[in-house]
Amino acid sequence: MTGKLVGQPIRRVEDPRLLTGHGRYLDDLGFDAAEVAVVRSPYAHARILDIDVSAALDVPGLLAIYTYEDLPGPLAEPLPLLIPHPALTHGRTQYALARDEVNYAGEAVVLVVAENRYLAEDAADRIAVEYEPLPPVVGVAAARAAERLVHQDVPGNVAARLAQEVGDAAAAIAAAPHRLRLDLSVERSASMPLEGRGVLARWDADANRLRLWTSTQTSTGVRAAVATKLGLEPGQVEVITPDVGGGFGVKIVHPWPEEVLVPFAARNLNRAVKFTEDRREHFISAAHERGQLQQIEVGFDDDGQILGLDVRFWHDNGAYIPYGLIVPIITSTQLLGPYKVANYRVVFDSLYTNTVIVTPYRGAGRPQGVYAMERTMDAIAAELGLDRAGVRAVNFIQPEEMPYDHGLIFQDGRPLVYDSGDYPALLAKLKALVDWDGWLEYQAAARAQGRRVGLGIACYVEGTGVGPYEGGHVLIDTSGRVKVATGLTSQGQGHQTAFAQIVADELGVPLADVEVTTGDTRRFPYAVGTFASRAAVMSGSAIALAARAAKAKILRVAAEALEADEGDLEIVAGQVQVKGAPATGIGLGTVAVLANPLRYAFDEASKAATQFAVGDPDAAPVPEDDEPGLEGRDYYSPIRSTFAAGMHAVVVETDPDTAEIRVLRYCVVHDCGTLINPMIVEGQVHGGVAQGVGGALYERMAYDSDGQLQNASFMDFLMPYVSEVPAGIEIDHLQTPSPLNPLGVKGAGEAGVIPSAAVFASAISDAEGFPITAMPISPSELFELRRRAAPPTEGDRS
Amino acid sequence: MSEQSIEITLTVNDIPHRLTVPVRRLLSDCLRHDLHLTGTHVGCEHGVCGACTVLVDGRPMRSCLLLAVSVDGSAITTVEGLAGPDGALSPVQRAFAECHALQCGFCTPGFLTTITAGLADNPDPSPDQARELIGGNLCRCTGYQNIVAAVLRAAELRREQA
Repeated sequence: MTGKLVGQPIRRVEDPRLLTGHGRYLDDLGFDAAEVAVVRSPYAHARILDIDVSAALDVPGLLAIYTYEDLPGPLAEPLPLLIPHPALTHGRTQYALARDEVNYAGEAVVLVVAENRYLAEDAADRIAVEYEPLPPVVGVAAARAAERLVHQDVPGNVAARLAQEVGDAAAAIAAAPHRLRLDLSVERSASMPLEGRGVLARWDADANRLRLWTSTQTSTGVRAAVATKLGLEPGQVEVITPDVGGGFGVKIVHPWPEEVLVPFAARNLNRAVKFTEDRREHFISAAHERGQLQQIEVGFDDDGQILGLDVRFWHDNGAYIPYGLIVPIITSTQLLGPYKVANYRVVFDSLYTNTVIVTPYRGAGRPQGVYAMERTMDAIAAELGLDRAGVRAVNFIQPEEMPYDHGLIFQDGRPLVYDSGDYPALLAKLKALVDWDGWLEYQAAARAQGRRVGLGIACYVEGTGVGPYEGGHVLIDTSGRVKVATGLTSQGQGHQTAFAQIVADELGVPLADVEVTTGDTRRFPYAVGTFASRAAVMSGSAIALAARAAKAKILRVAAEALEADEGDLEIVAGQVQVKGAPATGIGLGTVAVLANPLRYAFDEASKAATQFAVGDPDAAPVPEDDEPGLEGRDYYSPIRSTFAAGMHAVVVETDPDTAEIRVLRYCVVHDCGTLINPMIVEGQVHGGVAQGVGGALYERMAYDSDGQLQNASFMDFLMPYVSEVPAGIEIDHLQTPSPLNPLGVKGAGEAGVIPSAAVFASAISDAEGFPITAMPISPSELFELRRRAAPPTEGDRS
Repeated sequence: MSEQSIEITLTVNDIPHRLTVPVRRLLSDCLRHDLHLTGTHVGCEHGVCGACTVLVDGRPMRSCLLLAVSVDGSAITTVEGLAGPDGALSPVQRAFAECHALQCGFCTPGFLTTITAGLADNPDPSPDQARELIGGNLCRCTGYQNIVAAVLRAAELRREQA
């Protein structure tokens, strides 16, 4: 492979459409569709006593009202528990519409269908639901105390308890010359894409088929789930993912109640039906992440090398657990980061609360794990009076120890084995980038001027490209254009560009001749989805393999036509030619014509392919072991994940009076293996860093003790504007190709956000001189910590 | 319970439309669902995210906070109206493509309209002014770095075009 386009900052082919208002997002489709509104529970925990819809019946434009009682067959069963696990002994999922009981404020109770959303909301407002409120469980501490239960049949609110251990952590800690204990907490945030959830369904009564468009991260997952819930065969259901206005994890959950209710209504009414979520609904009925309490015990030697690590944490999974234990399993395994910990024990409880469900949000449990480990590293350095980077370095896995087996089981059920990486080199790059060695001098100079500045550091390793598989299909049509399809979906990652770069290089065709389709079950019915920084690794690899298969056929067909040896041929700018002899060339379109012998001609090109025009009259038109058409299909299914890594440093300044926290510099070094498109990768890092700044300093889900989300709007949930993000993000790359896939790539999508809570806690601790153990942190919380750290003496300003 | 409707005239991207709309119809819904101009996006429905920003008589306004009847007689420019009559991308649109200032593209139309109006007011913004110019729009994908760069690049392209 010549690699002409892979590695280049190619401008995105998606952009002209999106820049001119011609994107097609979910709510841009289905102008003829009826629309739904959902009556949602106003209580966090209540019994439903009665639902009275009579006042809604005379609302003009009303088409239907559905409650739990109206749901037939599998639709009346709880929604699926998508990822079962032996430790998930008390898995509970919600009903598409609440049955008898609600367990979070926002849970769907009644579905209203009307001619448009305004009228549907009119009707929804007139539906009276009578509730008997029950005491809610809010927050991890309350769930753990278990004085009240979310589900009466789940003792202690414990959905799952999972323990893993390598070595003997307790004995190693007991024997260690130094020991520390940390109590940490992280609050909830959420993916919060600018486009909420949405689904459009068309039932074709003549063909007995359902066509569904949904703003999802997995079209094949939705297809299987909807078919099951509606009693259809998968072949009767097509799922198409239109342009998706951001996902960040929340749209991997499926099926949402609305994703099964909308097609149910469409079939019932024989009418297109659409759900477009509003922002308040997204806050109270989509999904959140991050909330954990953590207790860490660590034993270490005089150099700061960890001898034993014992981690106990409590994970808030919300009211139900449809996505299983993925988030806490990732926390418990990825916590180890780039470090060797010979004796490690981790135990977590995944706990129910009467709040919105918790499912992966960009980072997916890694930010919490990295926070636990990096707070520990800083604590060790402080205890021993050692350099924080130095303590990290003595614990690093060395490049020559790769592949490195931690002796644990990862989220995919496979051994946690790092494939490659060079952590000392990353640290050296980061120290150079941020001028680590000049820091103490800088800090002293700033302090002399009355300024408080702090430098934070955090390191992480990220398992990316998790299985089981993805596939790719590459088809060359008779015009010579290359049509590529893969089943996973896109939410802004520039897949149409990056995948086209791969195919253009593999086939030797111009980028403009390659068209990529993602997330459409009609084009590629086998797929998993877009999550865990896996698209470039999984579909990128599958598409490369599919392109190689197509190329082999191109050369085989062309060799026959040109009466040349396959090995003497090359493809240059869409022409197959004898190497170095452009005059011999035939276009890929012609090769495609030759690959499909025809009986019927319908245009000039096809005339050339009829059975009277081509082929050896003594051979079968399509030889045995071959098939008509010029295409390649292949799958990529790695043994295990590939592990990207990175290290961030941030310089903050805290206001001595107001405790305002300002970012002076933000530095990222990152290793995601081979870069397909560095412009896109840097864009991913920028976006992740901004989300990380939000999660570390601004964003939290402010539930009150009744389980009401008090800040369920963009006015009150403080997502960063440009004014909150650093004016520059300094990035350096290391490229350690993965040995596990044909491109050497590792995932990049989540890297920017993973170490944020850790790196900001580290920097603020450095500025203030006391540990930061609860994130996110606001100025008023920092102010309070200062007061506690140094109680005001008489004469101080109040 | 029948809704009161009013006849209004909106000139959208230089094309006049006569419409009968319910008085409660939001301008954003009118553009999207009545005129099928779906480039204007709705991200929060309460004027915070800026995705729905359109130009009303040249000024950026949040179409999710306006009733369609309240802008009767106005000239409105949506993202569909930013490119030239020949389809050539405007300087702001070109700058966004050059600088990779969009990812999912959902918030982008609101940035494009806001920046178009902002550069008309201040054709040569400093980096700080560029940040200020986009300070009321939310983007969840890009971290804003490349959007700020695109504002500055768009200003250059405008000057070259002038």
